[in-house]
Amino acid sequence: MSIETSENTLLRDNAEVASALGRRYEAGFVTDIETDSLPLGLSEDIVRQLSALKQEPEWMTEWRLKAYRHWLTMPEPHWAKLKIGAIDFQAISYYASPKNRPKSLADVDPKLLEAYDKLGVPLHERAKLAGVAVDAVFDSVSVGTTFRKELAEVGVIFCSMSEAIREHPELVRQYLGSVVPVGDNYFAALNSAVFSDGSFVFIPKGVRCPMELSTYFRINAGHTGQFERTLIIAEDAAYVSYLEGCTAPMRDENQLHAAVVELVALEKAQIKYSTVQNWYPGDEEGRGGIYNFVTKRGDCRGDDSKISWTQVETGSAITWKYPSCVLRGDRSVGEFYSVALTHHRQQADTGTKMIHIGKNTKSKIVSKGISAGRSSNAYRGLVKVEKGAEGARNYTQCDSLLIGKRCGAHTFPYMEVKNPTAIVEHEATTSKISDDQLFYCRARGIGEEDAVSMIVDGFCKQVFRELPMEFAVEAKKLLEISLEGAVG
Amino acid sequence: MLKIENLHARVEGKDILKGLSLTVNPGEVHAIMGPNGAGKSTLGNVLSGRDGYEVTQGSVTFEGRDLLALDPEDRAAAGVFLAFQYPVEIPGVNNTYFLRAALNAQRKQRGEPELDSMQFLKLVREKLKVMQISDELLHRAVNEGFSGGEKKRNEIFQMAVLEPKLAILDETDSGLDIDALKQVSQGVNALRSPDRAFLMITHYQRLLDYVQPDFVHVLADGRIIESGDKSLALKLEEHGYAWIAGREPAGAQA
Repeated sequence: MSIETSENTLLRDNAEVASALGRRYEAGFVTDIETDSLPLGLSEDIVRQLSALKQEPEWMTEWRLKAYRHWLTMPEPHWAKLKIGAIDFQAISYYASPKNRPKSLADVDPKLLEAYDKLGVPLHERAKLAGVAVDAVFDSVSVGTTFRKELAEVGVIFCSMSEAIREHPELVRQYLGSVVPVGDNYFAALNSAVFSDGSFVFIPKGVRCPMELSTYFRINAGHTGQFERTLIIAEDAAYVSYLEGCTAPMRDENQLHAAVVELVALEKAQIKYSTVQNWYPGDEEGRGGIYNFVTKRGDCRGDDSKISWTQVETGSAITWKYPSCVLRGDRSVGEFYSVALTHHRQQADTGTKMIHIGKNTKSKIVSKGISAGRSSNAYRGLVKVEKGAEGARNYTQCDSLLIGKRCGAHTFPYMEVKNPTAIVEHEATTSKISDDQLFYCRARGIGEEDAVSMIVDGFCKQVFRELPMEFAVEAKKLLEISLEGAVG
Repeated sequence: MLKIENLHARVEGKDILKGLSLTVNPGEVHAIMGPNGAGKSTLGNVLSGRDGYEVTQGSVTFEGRDLLALDPEDRAAAGVFLAFQYPVEIPGVNNTYFLRAALNAQRKQRGEPELDSMQFLKLVREKLKVMQISDELLHRAVNEGFSGGEKKRNEIFQMAVLEPKLAILDETDSGLDIDALKQVSQGVNALRSPDRAFLMITHYQRLLDYVQPDFVHVLADGRIIESGDKSLALKLEEHGYAWIAGREPAGAQA
């Protein structure tokens, strides 16, 4: 069985987000390239140099090269409901620390600072988020080491990917690329060839990670670069909750982001991965903004394991992202909770894949899309039940909320069911914030913008509940700010 | 308190109100009755500021202010409350949260201090007792999955918490069985006070058995054509609206 529908296609306008891409890079990178930077462009030589600069072992270099060679053979994908201008991969520097970062908060866009104010970002974090050269402003090392010591006591490894390659090569070699193979897709292959850095987490057998890894991450991992690579391994009966990103808006000189995240859950292990993505979305006319092409996949490798993805996506000009679960172990569980908000000229094509392989596997998908302005927001999901997945169950709920008349919401649910005992349910709704709802709120004294954020917050409740507490509060505020000017 | 003079209003290009005048003083309960299409609900919507209702002539003042110049939320803060004929569902938004947001928005607008959770909860507990509403309603989303009667009771409960100066009840009795009607009426009666006025828009006389009005007005073809005390409602009940149709508009109102 295979179903494709496009529901409720409203009037959309062409989003001309693309043209600024090349220009920005020229403007940003011709001047003052640091000595340890690489020239623009991508070639085998560049991959080798990059690996050498990062002092990687031979096996890693070879791994990157294999990915690069594979990437060369692949066509750029165009199946998503996104309008993307041609990306010039030769116009990008794959290892550069641009010097034109602001020197102090005084040099930062006041609008950005205003947003930090509204979100209540602590002062010492603002500089880091705004991309100010941090070393001079805020020393994160001491904070980092404190956490690290506490984690090490229970055997948890939490470090940068570069560090893991050097210090835990046996783990990296065993697991890297085992969930997302180097040739998995165009952007994953590119990432495998040139990934800059990312996080590595290892939770040993039976250990429940003593803290939300978010806390540490927010303070310590501001600049991971445009090709982020993350690997999280939870051994038997281990548990970890990891939060990526930050509700505060992140500026970045790099327009193309292609991250890969791999999760491995062994027997009875649980991984909860939450994301708040708030990259620069471009201005109201769609100029600038990050292109975000992400491959995220979790492998429930062991029986009774569970992987849960929760994401709140409000940023980026273009989002291409489908956090997925491969439910290999019997009775394993995959979950996906998503809020994707688009405004102005933003485009998002996001959803999930749930691949049922083991017996009595369960998956749950709750997707909430909110479109405002002239944006386009698509949910794309695949539920696949393999032949041997006796008793598999899926429940999908997919709701779209439209604000205004010029945005679009689309739903593309795909189902492939090869086992007759499977139960697959799909529910979808599309609604608008109605004039009646707005008037009802206003007649009670609540102003229009507050009424909209209240209604949107209600719409997202199911997903916010899944976020770690402090981030649920921030995510709510974030939506309010992202929707400013959406009505009236 | 409320002074409506020669009000003309139009909806989608069609004239609905055609010279309505009415004066309401504090403490008074006025019933507006009339056949379908007379303009009863339009009056409620114009007074509360709903979009799409165009006032073409006349004026409305509320405590000396030009009510028509205010946004709906500012009218609410000024003390005008509309109990909706069809209360709207807002999925996922907790009823208590909504009400607190509304009350605090109004208080803020009036320059009064906002209530914190504890103060608000205390207020809600007091009002619950008066309204005989189970606190289970408070934990649900605004009107979501409420029965018709629950929705109307929730409107009256909101009114109790918001304590308006002028409450407009738009066919609050419609769709209620007799028990629900009694409960809603009890709620309204409990809120009657010398400082608070009510404008009850209704099609049927039966609400007036439970909430005794000081004045009854008959609205037909966009004008008040007859005014009197509660005996007028009984006469209407007996003779039907046909009895009064074709009369010339009544003169100055109470």
